[in-house]
Amino acid sequence: MLEVRDIVVSYGDRQVLNEVGLRAEEGQFLGIIGPNGSGKTTLVKTINRLIKPSSGSIMIDGRSIDTMNTVEIAKNMAMVSQVISIDFEFSVEDVVLMGRTPYIKGAETHEDMEIVQDAMKRTKTFHLKDRFVTQLSGGELQKVIIARALAQKPKILLLDEPISHLDITNQIDILNLVKDASRKGMIVIAVMHDLNLSAYYCDKLCLIRDGDIISYGTPEEVLTPSNIKTTYNIDVKIVNNQITNSLYVIPLLEPLDKNPTFSTEIESLYSAAE
Amino acid sequence: MPKFNGSARSLIFVLTATLLLVMISNTAIGSSYIPALLTAKIIYINLLEMIEGILSGAMALTGSSFSFADLFSSISHERTWTDGQEMIIMGIRLPRVILAALVGAALATAGCTMQGLLKNPLADPYIIGISSGAALGAAIGFTLLLPTQITSFIVATITIFVVYNISKIGGKVPVDTLLLAGIAVGFFLSALTSFFLFFSESLHQIIYWMMGGFWNAGWAKVKITMILVIIGIGLSYRHSWNLNIMLLGEEQAQSLGVNVENVKKEILILSALITAAAVSVSGIIGFVGLIIPHIMRNIIGPDHRILLPASTLAGAIFLVISDTFARTFPTKMQAVLESSDIMLFQLILERVGSLQGVDLPVGIITALFGAPFFVYLLRKRRKNIYA
Repeated sequence: MLEVRDIVVSYGDRQVLNEVGLRAEEGQFLGIIGPNGSGKTTLVKTINRLIKPSSGSIMIDGRSIDTMNTVEIAKNMAMVSQVISIDFEFSVEDVVLMGRTPYIKGAETHEDMEIVQDAMKRTKTFHLKDRFVTQLSGGELQKVIIARALAQKPKILLLDEPISHLDITNQIDILNLVKDASRKGMIVIAVMHDLNLSAYYCDKLCLIRDGDIISYGTPEEVLTPSNIKTTYNIDVKIVNNQITNSLYVIPLLEPLDKNPTFSTEIESLYSAAE
Repeated sequence: MPKFNGSARSLIFVLTATLLLVMISNTAIGSSYIPALLTAKIIYINLLEMIEGILSGAMALTGSSFSFADLFSSISHERTWTDGQEMIIMGIRLPRVILAALVGAALATAGCTMQGLLKNPLADPYIIGISSGAALGAAIGFTLLLPTQITSFIVATITIFVVYNISKIGGKVPVDTLLLAGIAVGFFLSALTSFFLFFSESLHQIIYWMMGGFWNAGWAKVKITMILVIIGIGLSYRHSWNLNIMLLGEEQAQSLGVNVENVKKEILILSALITAAAVSVSGIIGFVGLIIPHIMRNIIGPDHRILLPASTLAGAIFLVISDTFARTFPTKMQAVLESSDIMLFQLILERVGSLQGVDLPVGIITALFGAPFFVYLLRKRRKNIYA
């Protein structure tokens, strides 16, 4: 179990996180949502101790990460940051093998290589193993980075906007992969921008604005028009998408007058919904 | 640290063989003619005798009576060469060649680790002020008549500690700050060196030293340098996997379990140590530490597990060959000038007097031949390594 206890983070005078607290159980997929600059990335980086909080603590199974060294932390959590490109000609296999770094003493073992291969197969990147990471597409590269994180065999998988720059196919591929990892018992914490995909995939959501948690709970509890109005300052309509059986957030935009008859149809739909 | 694959290993093997070949053939080259095979034989027999000496010394210590002379007697000790030839090979040329190889290896390795660590293509072993520190040390040494090898080593090492501590902010050493601090300290020390130069009576010596060369190489220098350089390089290799990971960014490295600040500190200390060891015996030889790692990276890619040893070996090969040029070129030049009746050449000869027996500073050779080659590589390189 991961517990985040009242962490405070400041950059200079500016306080970015104000006593944020969270908990996540094994097998849970927690989505962190909120506008740009609200402190989402800072929160996951602080959980990974890439940023040291000025107060508060992060506990894994009741043990504070302040008592752990870099290697122990790396054995407990893996971080997938938003990698847009790697400029160095390493093979895919080598990059995934980097995930075994906290475990390798001396040379890598046969077991390490098996874990690496397994991680590549799970992310469907095994066929790329001898390719250079410089030659991969954005989607392939993100999968390789996730394979590296899986090879790390963490209890907690942290993802910082893992899908923001990808096409819809890759977005779904990657979220399925991450969901699968959480079903197998991993704690998954992902910073997300797409509210609809978050509503579908996440078990719990955490809505942040200006370093404060506005709402924390199931997607049904968090994604309400009033919560979204206070954080994002837009009006939305929230419907239950019966195809996916999850919430669907529709921003209430002025219909653009591209097709007059169509827009009147939409308008009538809107008024009916209200 | 994960192992690298077979093809990489064979590249290292080829480079090692080339280095040995280059060292022996370059020992054979010089103003008095000694055939390469004879040179190889002289070195071989002397090496055997040395091993024999060490082994029987060790045996004498343990009190065993086994005689190694019997074991080695199958090898002919018959000397088909003169004492003079042996003196030239073993006493003059071989230590010089070995020293050049060590210095080349040290500079190329340090340059390679610095470029990887700082992720900066302009990085070289001197970038954070080591060369300026060493030069100041040498200037102090020449002026106060102290041994320059020791003074330059000490001042160079102090420089690195100063630069490191200036750049330290809240327990971390940001790479940009390190680079800028190194440059600032470097300028400060250069100014001090110029101050010394201005008032020193050994101006000529100091300038000569700063150009870099192996004029007074001897076994004593070889021994000290060898110990420092081999230990330093060996310890640097242990970080090659960490260097690979750190290329992807310090945060990623940290979450993969690499203690980034510790690795940085160790690599800085190690490369400073081997650079200081090299500079203190050879003066400031530019270009090797900058260019050799680039050339090797261009050929074999960014994986430090193979890039580091390849740079070490290539650096050694390059500097041995350059030094051979440096010590034979003036004599050859003299011969060319004398044998030709072109008016201009006669004029040059009149002006420079005799070139016979003059050693060019090897730094001139490395830059003179290295720079055009590097420009050629730049034009046809596969891609920008540090995009």
